[in-house]
Amino acid sequence: MTYILILITNFHSKYLFYMDVRYNVLQKRFSKTELYMPEKKIRVLIAKPGLDGHDRGAKVVARALRDAGMEVIYTGLRQTPEMIAEAALQEDVDAVGLSILSGAHMALVPRVIELLKANGQENVMVFVGGIIPETDVPPLIEAGVKAVYGPGTPTSRCVEDIQKAVLGEVVA
Amino acid sequence: MHLAEAVLSGNRLALARLLTQVENGTPEGVAALDFLFPFTGKAHLIGITGAPGTGKSSLVNQLARAFRHLKNGASERRVAVVAVDPSSPFTGGALLGDRVRMRDLAGDAGVFIRSMASRGALGGLARATASVVQVLDAAGYDVIMVETVGVGQSEVDIARLAYTTLVVEAPGLGDDIQASKAGILEIADILVVNKADQAGADNTERSLRAMLEMAYPSKGYRGHHGVRSGEEAAADMSQMPAWVPPVMRTVALDASGIEELAQAILQHGEYLRATGEWQRREYVRLKNELDDLLRAALMARWQSGVRDDDYRSVLEQLCARQISPYQAVARLLEFGIQAGGANDKL
Ligand code: B12
Ligand SMILES: Nc1nc2c(ncn2[C@@H]2O[C@H](COP(=O)(O)OP(=O)(O)O)[C@@H](O)[C@H]2O)c(=O)[nH]1
Ligand SMILES: [Mg+2]
Repeated sequence: MTYILILITNFHSKYLFYMDVRYNVLQKRFSKTELYMPEKKIRVLIAKPGLDGHDRGAKVVARALRDAGMEVIYTGLRQTPEMIAEAALQEDVDAVGLSILSGAHMALVPRVIELLKANGQENVMVFVGGIIPETDVPPLIEAGVKAVYGPGTPTSRCVEDIQKAVLGEVVA
Repeated sequence: MHLAEAVLSGNRLALARLLTQVENGTPEGVAALDFLFPFTGKAHLIGITGAPGTGKSSLVNQLARAFRHLKNGASERRVAVVAVDPSSPFTGGALLGDRVRMRDLAGDAGVFIRSMASRGALGGLARATASVVQVLDAAGYDVIMVETVGVGQSEVDIARLAYTTLVVEAPGLGDDIQASKAGILEIADILVVNKADQAGADNTERSLRAMLEMAYPSKGYRGHHGVRSGEEAAADMSQMPAWVPPVMRTVALDASGIEELAQAILQHGEYLRATGEWQRREYVRLKNELDDLLRAALMARWQSGVRDDDYRSVLEQLCARQISPYQAVARLLEFGIQAGGANDKL
């Protein structure tokens, strides 16, 4: 897996090299590395299962992940677990982020994880955010969720966790 | 190689994983492309371009449904979608949101949707889009729709890749029609006025037709029934008349005009085959791909021979106006050529 990282970095530098030259010249800097973020492109699916329309959190997190250099596939509202698992498969994502503020997480989340496994995507990491009572967190983790985030979580924490989890998996 | 074999046997997870390898240009991806190439060349590649918000993704959603219902003789058509969205040039990240409009396709095993970030390419597609399409072609998808980023006027890449290119317009997105129309006729095989339910659709259609009239003054363009011009062209192929892009109205929200549009796309495919234009486009496409790959390979070869320090010092001399840009290039090429052959990567 590491050689892939090197290659991506390499290929990526081809393009960024030129972007860099441009920006650096404009900004009177001559470092080739300043705007350059060598990394595997982490692909994350952000989905809103269930019937509630609270999509602010999902969008905020999706944008934060994009701004951290990830490729974020956003599927929109009212996704069934089946739709989410299908999208995760077609998009070959590293992680799935579920945003649920409806209270239906105990039914929806385990079902998504089950379907991912059934499709052979047991290595895809699942993160959950929204309105999740404390007492529901342990059973969700038990079911296979990597981490759960409530209101007010700094998005930088979500970003860091996902980055670490995915890259850890790739490097290992 | 086992991924590629699994793809040929219809394994969707293998397909998804291979697409990632191909998108990232990994050795496994490249080897799989070599293996799969003989199985390509069957799919009807359709490009969908047009400004953001004109309804491209919504149209793709409806067209995919239409193609699934329009049988090809006794067999059904399998449909793949590649939706390209822009990467941020600053962070390299991307928000890929086209699937939001394609929820009707969920649950249909005959449809495969893949989102792609442009990763710095500027022509409306990603560098690896052509390769991704090849894999989907080999995987047996009969119709492959490629939705472009949809910015600017330079989206010629899609016309090079696709057999049939749709240019989508919609009313109410600022009617600076002239500006956005430059170059459209060079790439459009079919012009779509989407959001025909909205005020201003007549104006949009009229200006497109006026533009066509100017471009095809002597071709007997009739001006009112968009499909007909294509049909007539197809019916009269012995004389090989030019294909006049039909102007078609659609409402992607309720699917009106979609069946007709899907039919027109298939007709265009028949027209291309009957006139030999299909093979000509294929030739041009493969030639472009060859040239692009060659360019990238030469670039990589050069780059592997240039040290950052040398590059920077030449750049500094250039900025200090000690050497001209042409002289800078000449110097950098020397570096690259000297060391290039030794650690050749591609
Ligand atoms: C704004 C809001 C609305 C807006 C939603 C606008 C929109 N488009 O999103 C409107 C007014 C439409 C609305 C309506 C309703 N709401 Co409301 N709403 C809220 C409110 C006040 C804030 C939610 C919000 O946007 N927060 C800002 C975002 C950024 O925070 P967030 O979603 O929590 O996301 C953060 C984290 O949770 C986490 N996160 C979230 N998702 C994800 C995903 C991943 C992958 C990761 C890593 C992290 C992550 O990171 C984010 C950043 O920190 C909450 C109360 C609250 N304090 O949360 C109630 C609340 C969610 N609503 C509630 C209810 C009941 C409703 C209604 C049913 C009310 C009604 N009876 O009509 C309707 C339902 C409408 C519908 N169609 O579903 C209840 C839900 C109760 C429950 N689940 O047990 C709440 C909790 C209020 C309450 N205390 O009762 N609501
Ligand atoms: N009124 C109307 N709205 C449409 C139509 N087609 C798409 N839209 C809406 O236009 C917006 C942009 O559509 P989208 O398919 O995402 O456009 P894209 O950016 O070109 O892919 C969405 O809000 C759609 O619901 C249509 O035919 N009529
Ligand atoms: Mg779109």
